[in-house]
Amino acid sequence: MSTLDPPHRVDQPVVTVDGLWMRYGDNDVLRGVDLDVRRGEVVVLLGPNGAGKTTTIEILEGFRRPSAGSVHVLGADPLHAGEAWRARVGVVLQSWRDHARWTPRDLLDHLGAYYAYFSTDERPRPVPTDELLSLVGLSDASDQRLLTLSGGQRRRLDVAVGIVGRPELLFLDEPTAGFDPQARREFHELVHRLTDLEGTTVLLTTHDLSEAEKLADRILILAGGRIVADGSADELARQIRANAEVRWTQDGQRYVHATTDATGFVRRLLDEHSSGIEELEIRRASLEDTYIELVRAYESADLAAVPTSLTTEGS
Amino acid sequence: MDLRLHAVTIGMRRGWHEFVIGLRSSQDQTFYVFMGLGVLALLWFNRDEVLEGTTLTVPQVVLPSLIAGVLMFSIVIGPAYALALEREDGTLLRCRIAPYGLHGYLTGVATLTVVSLVPLFVIMLGGSAILFDGAVPTDPRRWALIVPVLLLGILANLSLGFTIGSLVPRIQQVTTWGMLPVIGLAWISGIFGEIERLWGWVQVLAQAFPLYWLGHLMRYAFLPEAAVVGELYGSWRIGWGITVLVAWSVAGSALAALVVRRMARRQSGAAVAEARDQAANMYVR
Repeated sequence: MSTLDPPHRVDQPVVTVDGLWMRYGDNDVLRGVDLDVRRGEVVVLLGPNGAGKTTTIEILEGFRRPSAGSVHVLGADPLHAGEAWRARVGVVLQSWRDHARWTPRDLLDHLGAYYAYFSTDERPRPVPTDELLSLVGLSDASDQRLLTLSGGQRRRLDVAVGIVGRPELLFLDEPTAGFDPQARREFHELVHRLTDLEGTTVLLTTHDLSEAEKLADRILILAGGRIVADGSADELARQIRANAEVRWTQDGQRYVHATTDATGFVRRLLDEHSSGIEELEIRRASLEDTYIELVRAYESADLAAVPTSLTTEGS
Repeated sequence: MDLRLHAVTIGMRRGWHEFVIGLRSSQDQTFYVFMGLGVLALLWFNRDEVLEGTTLTVPQVVLPSLIAGVLMFSIVIGPAYALALEREDGTLLRCRIAPYGLHGYLTGVATLTVVSLVPLFVIMLGGSAILFDGAVPTDPRRWALIVPVLLLGILANLSLGFTIGSLVPRIQQVTTWGMLPVIGLAWISGIFGEIERLWGWVQVLAQAFPLYWLGHLMRYAFLPEAAVVGELYGSWRIGWGITVLVAWSVAGSALAALVVRRMARRQSGAAVAEARDQAANMYVR
């Protein structure tokens, strides 16, 4: 038997999680999380504060011991995976004030050096510092001390440190918190470049739904300690009832109709009125609508006393 | 090359880099000068006193003891502060994410600590050589003894700093659990002279720690035979001194390896974020 050929390997999940539980004292933060991440995917983990996104990521990074469940990341249990595994995984930290007196260039040179012995033909490690600095747009600030960098510059350095070892799998926990719109767009381009050019698999958390929509091949929504939704932004929107709004004008009067079958409704509408229908507009439920609805459903299921009369109509 | 060895060389470069950064900063310069000049001033004010029963002056007798004291202070407090601070601000975590990064980080702290002794010793020894006749030995055979004793003293004390830095819950407690005990130990170990005046049980306690023995060996290496009258039991106990320092080196390393690994395992982004939030709250108040 020969070794697995590449197309076969591509289908193997990079991350597999089964029945993951995490309990702090009496509080079950994660209650049976199941998820897969396939090679080359960008998966975004969404969820309200306290839903356990950071806990999940930290378990996958090997920084936290789960209460129960099986976790495989790049074919190993992260807690016991060892240093060669570390070389294949990138982690983007939210930095604070570490290495304040270092310069970006010195820090990247230094941290990159650890990866030199894990270099392969396929993935030469580390990424040369100059290349990295220009990739994240820090060439001009490369010799400034870190404490003089702006918040956005520091976050970009965090990303650079996360990818200095040319990781096969990259974890980012709220990478764009505190970014201005331009920095955010540049960051999105950077993630696309990583996945396209390097085939890097990316798992990131965010609160920004438009960011999730732009970046994600697949979105996972974590609520009430479980994955409550799993799919592309479109697929998630389709899971929600009455997910489209049809608007039109007829004889100067505006109409709005919510439906699960927008195409069928519009066909009937046009069949019935051969003329007079104008400004026809179909608006799909946004990811935000979907998200709010799903999270609300799960939170109200947990707190049965809370009335569910509030809905997302008429947004 | 062994990968751990590779990481250790990276860590040594890291420590050197931090030392060079420090040399350029006024904060570190102030520390070196303050500490070095403090020692010289202490000796200067006692320059005319003589050790009873000998012709040796106080600067001659106390300089080797103070070198031992400064060595222990720097070697214990340096890593204790570094670990307590850098696990909160994310430095440790940042390094740990790289393969064998924890090895490199710890090597870096150790390297910085040891290299930082050099400016201190240059000021103390250089100043003493100029100010006090016969305080600094010129015989190379004495230096052949002094240097190994210093290295042994470093080994015996280094793990103590790593242990304290790993165990203290917050950086503020390094003062309580590191600084005060070290100063107390220096006092009961006769670093400032006069151990014979202390009670018997305190003398015994002092001899359980490496500092007394480091001071003892340093005085042996620095001073002529006649200085033995100032020692406990009126004798040089070289075998005992080496044994205690080696024992502390071995046992201390084992203990430090245990607590450092335990401490490092608990580091995560969330832990660092928590420390950051607490610090932010402190500023607000």
